Amino acid sequence: MSTAAPPKVIRQGPAPDAPPVLAEPTPRWKPVAVVLLLWLAVWWFTKGTDTLVLAGRDRTPVMDTLAAFRDRMIAGRESNPVMVVTGALADALRGTVSFLQRVISIPDDPRPVPQIGWLGVTAVATWVGYAVANWRIALLVLGTFLSFGAFGYWSHSMDLLIMVGIAVVLSLAVGIPLGILAGTNKRANSIIEPVLDFLQTMPTFVYLLPIVLFFGIGSASAVVCTLLYAVPPLIRISAHGIRTVPPTMVEVADSIGLTRWQRLLKVQLPLAKRTIIVGLNQTTLAALSMATIASFVNGPGLGKPVLDGLRINDTGTALVPGLLIVAMAIMLDRATTAASERGDIMARGGGLPPRLHRAILIGGGVLAAVAVMISRQSLWAAEFPDLGWGRAIAKGAGDVITAITDTLSPITGPFKDAITYALLNPLQAFLSESPWWLAAAAIALLAYVLGGLRALVPTVVCLAGMVFFGLWNNAMVTLAMTLVATILCMVIAVVVGVAMARKRSADLLIRPILDAGQTIPAFVYLIPCLALFGPSRFTGIVAALAYAAPVSIKLVADGVKGVSATTMEAVRSSGASTMQQIRKVQLPMAKASLMLATNQGLLFVLAMAVISGMVGAGALGYDVVIGFSRSEEWGKGFAAGATIVLLGIMIDRIARRAAEAAPDQWKRFPMRAPTGPF
Amino acid sequence: MADAALSVQNLWKVFGPNAEKLIGTPDLELSRKELQAKSGHVIGVRDVSFDVAPGEVFVVMGLSGSGKSTLVRLITRLIEPTSGTVMLGEENLTTMDEEKLREVRRKRVSMVFQHFGLLPHRKVIDNVSFGLEIRGEDKTRRRARAQNMVDLVGLSGYEQNFPDQLSGGMQQRVGLARALANDPDILMFDEPFSALDPLIRRDMQNEVIRLHHEVGKTMVFITHDLAEALKLGDRIMILRDGAIIQIGTPDEVVAAPADDYVKDFVSDVPKSHVLTLKWVMRPPANSEEGIGAPTLPDTTIVRDAARTVLATDGLVRVVNAQDEFVGVVDDEDILRVVVAEEG
Repeated sequence: MSTAAPPKVIRQGPAPDAPPVLAEPTPRWKPVAVVLLLWLAVWWFTKGTDTLVLAGRDRTPVMDTLAAFRDRMIAGRESNPVMVVTGALADALRGTVSFLQRVISIPDDPRPVPQIGWLGVTAVATWVGYAVANWRIALLVLGTFLSFGAFGYWSHSMDLLIMVGIAVVLSLAVGIPLGILAGTNKRANSIIEPVLDFLQTMPTFVYLLPIVLFFGIGSASAVVCTLLYAVPPLIRISAHGIRTVPPTMVEVADSIGLTRWQRLLKVQLPLAKRTIIVGLNQTTLAALSMATIASFVNGPGLGKPVLDGLRINDTGTALVPGLLIVAMAIMLDRATTAASERGDIMARGGGLPPRLHRAILIGGGVLAAVAVMISRQSLWAAEFPDLGWGRAIAKGAGDVITAITDTLSPITGPFKDAITYALLNPLQAFLSESPWWLAAAAIALLAYVLGGLRALVPTVVCLAGMVFFGLWNNAMVTLAMTLVATILCMVIAVVVGVAMARKRSADLLIRPILDAGQTIPAFVYLIPCLALFGPSRFTGIVAALAYAAPVSIKLVADGVKGVSATTMEAVRSSGASTMQQIRKVQLPMAKASLMLATNQGLLFVLAMAVISGMVGAGALGYDVVIGFSRSEEWGKGFAAGATIVLLGIMIDRIARRAAEAAPDQWKRFPMRAPTGPF
Repeated sequence: MADAALSVQNLWKVFGPNAEKLIGTPDLELSRKELQAKSGHVIGVRDVSFDVAPGEVFVVMGLSGSGKSTLVRLITRLIEPTSGTVMLGEENLTTMDEEKLREVRRKRVSMVFQHFGLLPHRKVIDNVSFGLEIRGEDKTRRRARAQNMVDLVGLSGYEQNFPDQLSGGMQQRVGLARALANDPDILMFDEPFSALDPLIRRDMQNEVIRLHHEVGKTMVFITHDLAEALKLGDRIMILRDGAIIQIGTPDEVVAAPADDYVKDFVSDVPKSHVLTLKWVMRPPANSEEGIGAPTLPDTTIVRDAARTVLATDGLVRVVNAQDEFVGVVDDEDILRVVVAEEG
């Protein structure tokens, strides 16, 4: 295959002073088009045969074997050493969660209320907000906590905070030492890095099923999932922070005669502190996102009422807890950000005079303590009075949503139909009605054409795995949806991204929205999507888009912005029109960013596949969801989860190798953002 | 030389996978480019030997890539030498264990860095006292010492500022104070002023000269700026491709460049500012020549001698350090140097 070879020649490179080899590489789209045309031709004659459809309730022997394996593991709870250890861990986690719940969230028998009531908790939280950040954050915390109670979700909110809190504390305990290790030791990093890659490429839901097996349904599994999801960004960013301490600083430290340990404590850590706190911020938000989703495994928290609402397709009910999750996300985001900036401001003599600050701290502390005392003794301060706001809003929102949906349906309906009939249905028909051997062969061939042998091998392994798990047809349906969502995602990303890069005002307007979009836990996206489009495959696609687009848009915008001002000046002075500037200069020069944006978009979309399964996207996502709810379907759910992982790895590998095999300038760009999706 | 403050013998640094095995093989005779093409090794420093006398300002000069920054790092083993020895007084730094080496870095050698290397999260005073803190001195003593150093470099009043609130020149004064605070035997400067603008650079050079007069430390000074080298150095060592081209006093380097490379380097130097009478005088025809005329030592710089010579009708006698009559100069000898610059 000539297409894979020419770039290799360039990569190995001749000796530096010899003239470069001027082999004109064959354009890669040609063989790709040939493969696609061949596929289409064979499909025409064979469509509908050998598609490996597995009817609704059917299970393959592999799935039954998986279920039997699970049953054996559960039966061996007392004897199997792994299960004994995880069981003990699970007990400890459950105990901690339930202890904290009895302190602030649920009645601590024989008391009719928790140990500390809402007044005490709110007062302490507000005080903490002031202590770690400033009075504005304190007000934000106060408002957020009051809204938890006022809308009738006090207990769920506290549960969610407990879950996030435990996960973040554990993340810090595990993540910072590992981050330091990865940042200072090359060998350790070469072990840690691939593990993180793996964790971050894996869609959320895939953790859930095996973890439930080892830790049981409930809060313990929820904490473990949340931890696994939240800790990678902290490790990555801490390591990055340590690694990017300027080499001069390390040299200074050595030249003054610091020991390794002194160097870490007095130079590297202080200099990396800001970055590490950014990592803490990311970890907190990730934990919140995952702790919400963990309601699938019966983890306590605000995710539960959202899930209940979604299950019965009642967006009004899901809306209030959904908004409270958003409020909590904003509160945690702002508080951690402000806390990271505070240290500097204080050290430079900003903020209040130290004595006044101390007086407020002490006074506030006393007030908070009094509030705690009161909330232990008076019922009004212990149990949030039922204001009925939440119910009123849920009902009102239900009506409003119906009204909006009705008004917008002339727009949303045709839009949905257009995408469904013009893009989704044909692609799905093409992929899922191809005989499995045809689709597999064609995908493998494409992988080889695009990325050479190094893409072919993982692709073949993944394809074989998909056939093995027996959900081939569903995998193709999910792949079709993923591709459609990714295409739409990239269209949006290019249009919006270029606009942002070219117009400062557009950037100023859009960037905060994107930031907000990235702060909101994935789960919450489903609510408006479901309201607007009803349960369908398209709704799943829109939810995935809402989740994936912000990342891709930012990457494209930053890439286009990265084209140097001098180049643009030269282009403008040569009289290029706006479209010419974009098409001939900005987009080609931002190719690396476009590649990265596509890869990230794909992974984010795929990560949403399961969550989209909730709202009628069907296929693999639905199989996983069912796996949670029905014991006898566990095997099928696990198989579906594994198939999603295989799909993800396959796409990721093809994209990476394709980028590596591509002409020089693409390769320099890392094919992974500092924090990937799930 | 046993009484040298610092003595470097046959120091090599070869970068690459099998650097140690290469030492002593004929491959090292190859040029940099040839060696790199042949085995992927790059020579950083090539067989460098020199001594620095106590109290001397020893300048290492070269263009970028000449190995000067590597050399200064080899001395305290911030980069491990491939072979050779470095003696600090009586102690061999190259064979020292980690622990003792750290002790040397803490107490006997300090370094000033090109980009200052100040810790951004510490105030000026805490940056200056950092080394003392590492040494484990108690807080009051190190504060007092640091305050002295801050005063010495003229930064009084800025103790509580953070480095990024200071200008580049002031930041480097902090770097200087930090290096001095340890009261080291030797100060090493790694292109300390090349990040500063020309006026500030001149101030800082004068500052170094002043400090050298006041504290009298031995200094090893790295620079790529010939004017700076000539201004500060008691002796100058010129490096190229990691090897020594010439070691000499400023006037030796200017008057007797070792090769075309150095000659090219010094061609723009205002010679009357550097050359001494030793280089322009001619031997006396006989011991009686110009008797009764004014006498100048042969270390007088041409520019300084010009007035006396031009004011005198005829010759001026030149004597060496032992007060022996070694030569004569007249108007023409002086004008040749001065006019050559104009052209």
